[in-house]
Amino acid sequence: MNLKSRVSAIAFAVGTVVSFSAQAEDVVHFYNWSDYIDEATLPNFEEETGISVVYDVFDSNEVLEAKLLSGQSGFDLVVPTNDFLGKQIQAGAFMPLDREQLPNWSNLDPQMMAQLETVDPGNQYAVPYMWGTTGIGINEDKVKAALGEDAPINSWSLVFEKEYLEKLESCGVVALDAPTEVMSSAMNYLGLDPNSTDRDDIQQATDLLLDIRPHYRYFHSSKYINDLANGDICVVIGWSGDIAQAAARAEEADNGVNVSYIIPKEGALMWFDMLAIPRDAKNPEGAHTLINYLMRPEVTADITNYVWYANANPASMPMVDPEVANDESIFPTPEVREKLWLPKVLDQRTTRTITRSWNKIKTGQ
Amino acid sequence: MKKVTERLKQHAEHGKRWVIALPMIWLLLFFALPFLIVIKIAFAESALAIPPYTELVTMAGDALDLHLYFGNFSFIAEDSLYLNAYLNSIKMAAISTALCLLIGYPMAYHIARAKPERQSILLLLILLPSWTSFLIRIYAWIGILKSNGVLNNSLLWLGLIDEPLAILNTNLAVYIGIVYAYLPFMVLPLYANLVKHDYSLIEASQDLGARRFTSFWQITFPLSRNGMIAGSMLVFIPVVGEYVIPELLGGSSSIVIGKVLWQEFFNNRDWPLASSLALIMLVLLMIPIHLFRKFQDKEWEDAK
Repeated sequence: MNLKSRVSAIAFAVGTVVSFSAQAEDVVHFYNWSDYIDEATLPNFEEETGISVVYDVFDSNEVLEAKLLSGQSGFDLVVPTNDFLGKQIQAGAFMPLDREQLPNWSNLDPQMMAQLETVDPGNQYAVPYMWGTTGIGINEDKVKAALGEDAPINSWSLVFEKEYLEKLESCGVVALDAPTEVMSSAMNYLGLDPNSTDRDDIQQATDLLLDIRPHYRYFHSSKYINDLANGDICVVIGWSGDIAQAAARAEEADNGVNVSYIIPKEGALMWFDMLAIPRDAKNPEGAHTLINYLMRPEVTADITNYVWYANANPASMPMVDPEVANDESIFPTPEVREKLWLPKVLDQRTTRTITRSWNKIKTGQ
Repeated sequence: MKKVTERLKQHAEHGKRWVIALPMIWLLLFFALPFLIVIKIAFAESALAIPPYTELVTMAGDALDLHLYFGNFSFIAEDSLYLNAYLNSIKMAAISTALCLLIGYPMAYHIARAKPERQSILLLLILLPSWTSFLIRIYAWIGILKSNGVLNNSLLWLGLIDEPLAILNTNLAVYIGIVYAYLPFMVLPLYANLVKHDYSLIEASQDLGARRFTSFWQITFPLSRNGMIAGSMLVFIPVVGEYVIPELLGGSSSIVIGKVLWQEFFNNRDWPLASSLALIMLVLLMIPIHLFRKFQDKEWEDAK
């Protein structure tokens, strides 16, 4: 290689790097839950704004949290659930949102924003993306075949009482691998404070779950969507929208499986998945633009129609399909809303106690 | 003339150093450095911060403070969960290694005895599956083993069973997955060993009246000991820390160290405890590696 060609090669290399980083200005790295956005949302955003989105997905808050706490997540926009968000705010994982860049903020439900101040005082760091509940998904025909017509499908006792589980075991009972959510639901069923950090309360819930553990097939937070849709399992403690998606998939496949989601009469855990910008984000402006776009009523409505999760954007409701908007398992009635509870931020010791109990429940050790 | 050979020698010395430097740099970058970081975190305390643990060394005014925390290790010693997880992982690795050896030995033997032109085809067949992503192949096993899957549906169709067999999410599924995934690591070193055997030894034994099995057992089998040990190490060591296969194919009741590590790291956001667990696992794995080296050294001595 002579000098001239060497120089031009270097110039070319530098040029590529420069143009690459110039492009990087307009890239937003978005890390969201799996199966959690309308297929058209991001392409439309890219076309409208010229900002390209690198989209990646996770299926547990813990995985997201580990990336955030490493201090170099590499993402510009992430979607933690409210209780995890609270902890991560305390650790200093996010940058405050600039409301000047978020004119669509005015679309958000003020009552829900007030509720969210328990984890994010002043709503400084995050806005709600979607919300849902942790309840029970069932394959109605199989459950009725096992338990008869008067099966208690509207109660937590379906998944926490031995007499029913013994009969349901053969068609497949599973639960989320989300220790805090399942334990919290068990405490609620026992008539305890679902957010209790009292060791005795946690122990009571653990004893209940240990007792019924042999009847559960597995604990996993995403596998159940397909299994429920295929008829491989018949009862699951799971997330509202995921179970609605399972129902939709079964309907599409026309395989004779009828899936429904139930918010038990005793109440259920309610959660918000929140849009937040990591402290080390490389493109906070782009992330703000994307958040603002996602808060547009028509965009929010499209996502809700696609993923079957409720939103905190009342302005979007006229555009939500009646089939979804009128589904009380997705948008619960005010009476049911009364019975929903929001998880609190847990201290380190309680987290460890719950994880240890969960381990004992899952493995018998 | 003498000068030339001397210079060549010098060159060779120089080259040797370079050749050794490459793997040393590799080891330094991808083993020693990460290992030091793990040690560092293992002696820290977990904290709500970024990163979520305390610093080992801090400057307080003019004093350098070294804060070593041993609580993680005493915590691991106190709770039987961790010991059980280690024992279970070792058991899982031992059984898988034995199964791989049982299945892999005849395969390697057959390949080594095949005609040379067929050998490369057979070896290719062993390697071919690994051209597909490991993760995808494990997911494929879910499709095969599940109650609604290929295996159960075929058995039901053939009328061999009336009800689907529950294989997925059991230990059986984990063993199937591990043996399937790690078999090439057993077959290849065994083949490399077996193919070098001097066939005239077998002929000699047969001339002396030994039956085929006797000559195999008396000659081939002892000679292939190094291949068996190498293959077993290549299977045993990674399987002890295996996380993906038990997670995807195993039931919730199988507890292995890989999963416990995950829980400590992710569920409890306790990086220091997770690092301590990893450190202990590494020390445990040093034992078989050390034994293997000693054994190899002895072989070298004997060979001389």
